[in-house]
Amino acid sequence: MSVAADLRRTPLYEAHRAAGAKLVPFAGFEMPVSYAGVGEEHRAVREDVGVFDVSHMGEVQTRGLDAAAVLQHALSNDLDKLEVGGAQYSCLCRDDGGILDDLFTYRLDGDRYLTVTNASNRDTDFEWLAEHSHGRDAELRDAGDDYAMLAVQGPRARDLVAGLTDGELPQRMRTAELEVAGSRALVCGTGYTGEDGVELLIDPESATTVWDALLDGGATPAGLGARDTLRLEVCFHLYGNDMDVERNPIEAGLGWCCAEQTGFIGSEAVARARDEGPAERLVAFALTERGIPRPHNAVMSGADRVGEVTSGTHSPSLGIGIGMAYLRSELAEPGTELEVDVRGKLRPARVESKPLYKRPE
Amino acid sequence: MADESYPDGLLYHPEHDWARIEGDSATFGITWYAQDSLGEVVFFEPPEVGSEIVKDEPYTEVESVKAVSDVYAPLSGEITEVNEKAGESPETINDDPYGDGWLVKVRLADPSQTGELLDVGAYKKLLEESD
Repeated sequence: MSVAADLRRTPLYEAHRAAGAKLVPFAGFEMPVSYAGVGEEHRAVREDVGVFDVSHMGEVQTRGLDAAAVLQHALSNDLDKLEVGGAQYSCLCRDDGGILDDLFTYRLDGDRYLTVTNASNRDTDFEWLAEHSHGRDAELRDAGDDYAMLAVQGPRARDLVAGLTDGELPQRMRTAELEVAGSRALVCGTGYTGEDGVELLIDPESATTVWDALLDGGATPAGLGARDTLRLEVCFHLYGNDMDVERNPIEAGLGWCCAEQTGFIGSEAVARARDEGPAERLVAFALTERGIPRPHNAVMSGADRVGEVTSGTHSPSLGIGIGMAYLRSELAEPGTELEVDVRGKLRPARVESKPLYKRPE
Repeated sequence: MADESYPDGLLYHPEHDWARIEGDSATFGITWYAQDSLGEVVFFEPPEVGSEIVKDEPYTEVESVKAVSDVYAPLSGEITEVNEKAGESPETINDDPYGDGWLVKVRLADPSQTGELLDVGAYKKLLEESD
């Protein structure tokens, strides 16, 4: 399989090749989809520790006296609640409430913030933020090439990273600037797998050193395939699949990260959607018999086509087909029986409460 | 997962399927290359016994976590037996693609079609060229 030559590579490209990765084009990058196998990588993250190269994600640095005001205006969450050393999830919306992206913002100093964007939106997010900072005392910089990013996830992730640093790891939704494997790192208590762990933002030049130290410590390299099954089991959204500019945060189940009183771009539309209640909601479902739902499969209620699968896969932890879909509110209750049309075969499914996978006690 | 291999006695289809000819019947499966490209097979629903399949057309699917792959009929015929065990334990298709991981047995409609398939040398050459 040949890969187009104009794809970008992360600083870990050679390390991926050495680890036996299958590489695929993703958001303009040549990224590892799997190494030993999706199932094995998935289990490593659920039961032990895995490491993902997520250097393809974008970073925007905002600094200056008006940095907070610029971000408060653009991001859906209440930035006043973000303390120095904290992390916050939010949506970036258009005026009509349509979701442009979902992102994490880290407050590094009083007037310095780092916002991590999805890889597919890194250029458009930066342009949007820059455009909406005009006339403000804030400097926005596309810092995407300043960082490599590694996600270390799993029940043993913290112990592994703690053994590579002298400092104390940040709690969940907190950050700390530490040395990890001899390299300066912004360590963030965040992730996209439903497991405990940290994400490391590091100098691209140190990426291989840190990656090797994590692998030496027993981390299993994990690719985009496992990242997708892990996040879908815990019903984390994938931008472009589970939401886009046609959906507002209320429909997407992201009302919890919207603080309309701040007056962010799109807040009026979001307030209206919250007030009126969404016509459709993003629900999680599981097949009750064998089969694997895939994105764009039709969701049926009796003879009616009632929606479309936004994300669908085989759940390695549950051993069944799982997915998400936007459905009318009256069909969104857990227990609702549906069918998914998987390439012409109707597969029985049931709406489930989120998350689909919960850690065993 | 099994090591890469392409047994001598089989006939191969360019869509990465194999056929083991036994008189006017044959057993079909997917090659090592096909299962390796797909990754771990997590779903295989055997087709119906008695259904007619047509050379060069898809007759079933195998699925990994990430992808669905059509399986092409190397020869035309009627399905006489399906591998239910591979349906219950689809990883068999990765572990033993030419043995326990077979997919269907077929009564051939036109045994002379075998002349259009590749022998192992020609199939390996095709793999090298597509690399």
